[in-house]
Amino acid sequence: MTTTPETSRPTPSASRLVDLFEYGLAAPICLTWELTYACNLSCTHCLSSSGRRDPRELTTAEAKAVIDELEAMQVFYVNIGGGEPTVRPDFWELIDYATAHHVGVKFSTNGVRITPEVAQRLARNDYVDVQISLDGATADVNDAVRGPGSYDTALRAMRNLADAGMKNFKLSVVCTRHNIPQMDDFKAIADRYGAQLRLTRLRPSGRGADVWDELHPLPEQQRELYDWLVAHGEQVLTGDSFFHLSAYGQALPGLNLCGAGRVVCLIDPVGDVYACPFAIHDEFLAGNVRRPGGFAHVWRESELFRSLREPQSGGACASCTFYDTCKGGCMAAKFFTGLPLDGPDPECVQGYGEQLLADRPKGRGHIPKPSGDHSHRTAPGRRSGPVDVVLRRRPDMDRPPVSDCAEDPLAGMRLT
Amino acid sequence: MATLNLDRAWDLHPQVSVRPEPFGALLYHFGTRKLSFLKDRGLLAVVQALATAPTARAACSAAGVDDGNLPRYEQALAVLAQSSMVVERTPSP
Repeated sequence: MTTTPETSRPTPSASRLVDLFEYGLAAPICLTWELTYACNLSCTHCLSSSGRRDPRELTTAEAKAVIDELEAMQVFYVNIGGGEPTVRPDFWELIDYATAHHVGVKFSTNGVRITPEVAQRLARNDYVDVQISLDGATADVNDAVRGPGSYDTALRAMRNLADAGMKNFKLSVVCTRHNIPQMDDFKAIADRYGAQLRLTRLRPSGRGADVWDELHPLPEQQRELYDWLVAHGEQVLTGDSFFHLSAYGQALPGLNLCGAGRVVCLIDPVGDVYACPFAIHDEFLAGNVRRPGGFAHVWRESELFRSLREPQSGGACASCTFYDTCKGGCMAAKFFTGLPLDGPDPECVQGYGEQLLADRPKGRGHIPKPSGDHSHRTAPGRRSGPVDVVLRRRPDMDRPPVSDCAEDPLAGMRLT
Repeated sequence: MATLNLDRAWDLHPQVSVRPEPFGALLYHFGTRKLSFLKDRGLLAVVQALATAPTARAACSAAGVDDGNLPRYEQALAVLAQSSMVVERTPSP
């Protein structure tokens, strides 16, 4: 998922933009809207634990009402995701509705529905951008995380988009221990299809919590990634997701701040509004678009968002010389690894996070669980109530067994 | 350093949306998909005056920019022109 877009700053005044943004904006710059929890894949790191549709998902009419609100608030564009948003039957209708109402759309997809026809349709609409997810530059690395066949699906979608003349769509990669050595290969794939590479951080959110320990970049890989990002500058997008790496030295392009509730938020498929796409947990739930006042009311008035817009103290990080660049890192990453929110990021490049991770109690009891789990079932669902079955001997063992369906008038008759 | 001819007519690109904010404004270009920030309300007033002013210089003075501050605003407009947020207005036939 995403956060902040590319920025430039024509400025006659001198104050730092990031300081202005800490107090929040009249409307989000970057709004992520997950349209459905339904997905054809079961990626191991899915940050919304998607798979099965939620029966309470917003209807077409409700989704259009949200778009009307976004238009009124002048939200320039939304980042649509899921789940796999294109499996919603009204997906294209909603895209057309949004762009007709001056709300640009960038949507993330695994590519399953990007046929040549769809690609041509997308290429014709200036107000739509597409982001294809791929987490390995080779099928083996990708499919280990995203599932068998998903590499081929993504590449076919990219080829269809390129053939249709779609320019500068995004190739979106979640950086893991296994793909960090492939950065140049990802860049080559993006270049081949006329796409732009976008790298984001693996978060321990959703199912990501289950695989984070094995997948998150090793400390030396973080340095490798940082150097790679510095070398490629503005050519590569990051959604501002690596600002914790800025503590290595030079700040990376972007705002370098946690935008949760300030410039960013998430609307989930059932209309719940969370502070950011990586924090689907009651602790970060600000409200619901179905309630009176809708989304605008949640954005402007929610107590949670107001508190996130207060100046934050650095907590345990305040005395660190790098606090000004990394701001303590990612709130969601701390929360879902069981670390205090006012301390270092679990991937703090100064190593303070590793220390805290090592000092955590054994087991996972202290780690908060995401609010929902829409994962595909790999075992039969639980029944709503217990079914009592007691196995015991028939009391009349001396009689012949009789089926309940036996229609013979003499059935069960004891002939002695 | 970017430059801009203050004595020509300029306007926002037709694909640019402006959203006023307490600190100034946000600009979004739907064609380039780039976001830009105006970090003061004065610059917002200048940008909004461009469409109806015969020149950028006239837009600045309509927005109350005094001569001493003109170079800073010229520079800010030049940066906006560089990213196609602001484009030269074609003279009406």
